[in-house]
Amino acid sequence: MGMTIAEKILARHADKDCVRPGELINARVDLVLGNDVTAPVAIKEFRRLGVEKVFDRDRIALVPDHFTPNKDIQSAEQAKIVREFAREQDITYYFEVGRMGIEHALLPEEGLALPGEIIVGADSHTCTYGALGALATGVGSTDMAAAMALGEAWFKVPPTLKFIFRGTLRPWVSGKDLILYLIGKIGVDGALYRSMEFAGEIIENLSMDSRLSMCNMAIEAGAKCGIIAPDAVTLDYVSARAKRPFEPVYPDADAEYEKVYTFDGADIEPQVAFPHLPENTRGISEVGEITIDQVVIGSCTNGRIEDLRVAAELLKGKKAHKNVRLIIIPGTQKILRQALQEGLIDIFLAAEAVVSTPTCGPCLGGHMGILAKGERALATTNRNFVGRMGHPESEVYLCNPAVAAASAVTGKISAPEEVL
Amino acid sequence: MQGRVWKFGNDIDTDAIIPARYLNTSDPAELAKHVMEDADATFPEKVKPGDIIVALKNFGCGSSREHAPLALKAAGVACVIAHSFARIFYRNAINIGLPILESPEAAVRIEEGHEVKVDLAKGSIVNLTTGETFQAAPFPAFMQEIMARGGLIGYVQWRLAQK
Ligand code: SF4
Repeated sequence: MGMTIAEKILARHADKDCVRPGELINARVDLVLGNDVTAPVAIKEFRRLGVEKVFDRDRIALVPDHFTPNKDIQSAEQAKIVREFAREQDITYYFEVGRMGIEHALLPEEGLALPGEIIVGADSHTCTYGALGALATGVGSTDMAAAMALGEAWFKVPPTLKFIFRGTLRPWVSGKDLILYLIGKIGVDGALYRSMEFAGEIIENLSMDSRLSMCNMAIEAGAKCGIIAPDAVTLDYVSARAKRPFEPVYPDADAEYEKVYTFDGADIEPQVAFPHLPENTRGISEVGEITIDQVVIGSCTNGRIEDLRVAAELLKGKKAHKNVRLIIIPGTQKILRQALQEGLIDIFLAAEAVVSTPTCGPCLGGHMGILAKGERALATTNRNFVGRMGHPESEVYLCNPAVAAASAVTGKISAPEEVL
Repeated sequence: MQGRVWKFGNDIDTDAIIPARYLNTSDPAELAKHVMEDADATFPEKVKPGDIIVALKNFGCGSSREHAPLALKAAGVACVIAHSFARIFYRNAINIGLPILESPEAAVRIEEGHEVKVDLAKGSIVNLTTGETFQAAPFPAFMQEIMARGGLIGYVQWRLAQK
């Protein structure tokens, strides 16, 4: 009997011929990730272990991205713990401010997440790297500490759900909309403890940036991981940047799926998730009249160059609505630089947007655009929980960069066609 | 263990358990001052050591922050019973030694203010207010071993000693 991608990757890293859903295994990990919020706790736990050295200084990535550039004294202290640990352990992939980016935009770009690998990160959106054909999953800080010491982690082999997207994409629909649509259908616990495998013509034709947005939000369905089998798009993306040798893994033709869902691209228009859960989705045509105070384009979901290009296409020659604060945050330094070279930043500034250095910033209500009581934001981020971007009585709506840019111009949630 | 119940609904996310605005520290006592604040603003004042949280589906969904189970533990929450847990929260709770039990029936039947008695080893839950009893699914042996060694750190120390 065949295996799914997740099962095959787990089996390979546990030196087993075969694993089955429900099995508990110890498996080697190819990369361990932490940020300025989760790594300080992990470092404290690592010290408690009494281990002197991390298992492999080339297989740990530390990215201070949440409250950096340090937003206050306390976050400066947290970032310092990470920096000092990186120096002490001579960590190869520590990314200082000025060289960093939002972790899940940065690692793929740096060739540190590769097909067939297992990556554990003390950040729930580690699942992003499934877009590259890796089994990547979020863990806690104690897990991170253990993985930094042992180079392995415990896993329960998840059952796999397969999602097939047939047909072609409608205008202005991206990976973000596919995943929002899917979460709207199955709910925020619809893939709890499961691996999600995305397939079908639409996925095959999807750009890497769009795939990364899509896999980024697998966690919003409760999943352990969301994976796309490697193909020419994947290999093209990783071949130029891979920092390690890797071996792609493909699902067996007779793999066993717990359930297979099929969606048709014709049914999927740009999506908007209403407060306070990513599952509260509606097609853009069903949104109604919703005015907004702030628009955020950025985050590990939609802060990549393709996202900025789409936003610039819609913002070109226009200005943000007088009642809207438009905040645009490129995901990494490289993306920021490329956006500058392509003239996108100029378009944003002409549109009276704030353009920031890479940071998680407002995505988690950290800094750089916090909402006051009663305010409403439309964001290309991934979570719209109560208080996620600021005051517990503020609201966050989620959408793709095209809808965000168009809405920034009109001052209310709008379809991209409205500003063309 | 025995305690008074605080009841919560579906999809209580980690931003509700400990909002990100407090994550510029990882001191458990500081975090406990704001535990569950965005789900119930008065919870940090009301909760007493030994109290038990009962919630419906998908408790702890969202971010991977271990600060969430740490804050609950530091606030004195003795145990969380839920219909289901989000997977990273589930992992973290086991890894840091916050007792959790999954029981869909208990999650629905137990109400706020009830007095509940829990036997972790057996997975049994007795509602002393109504007299009902529930049985949670026992933990797999592997996870029991982690918990028996005081959480993942104890378990890894033991693994390292073996190597
Ligand atoms: S951008 Fe938002 S979701 Fe992504 S890692 Fe940062 S805080 Fe988390």
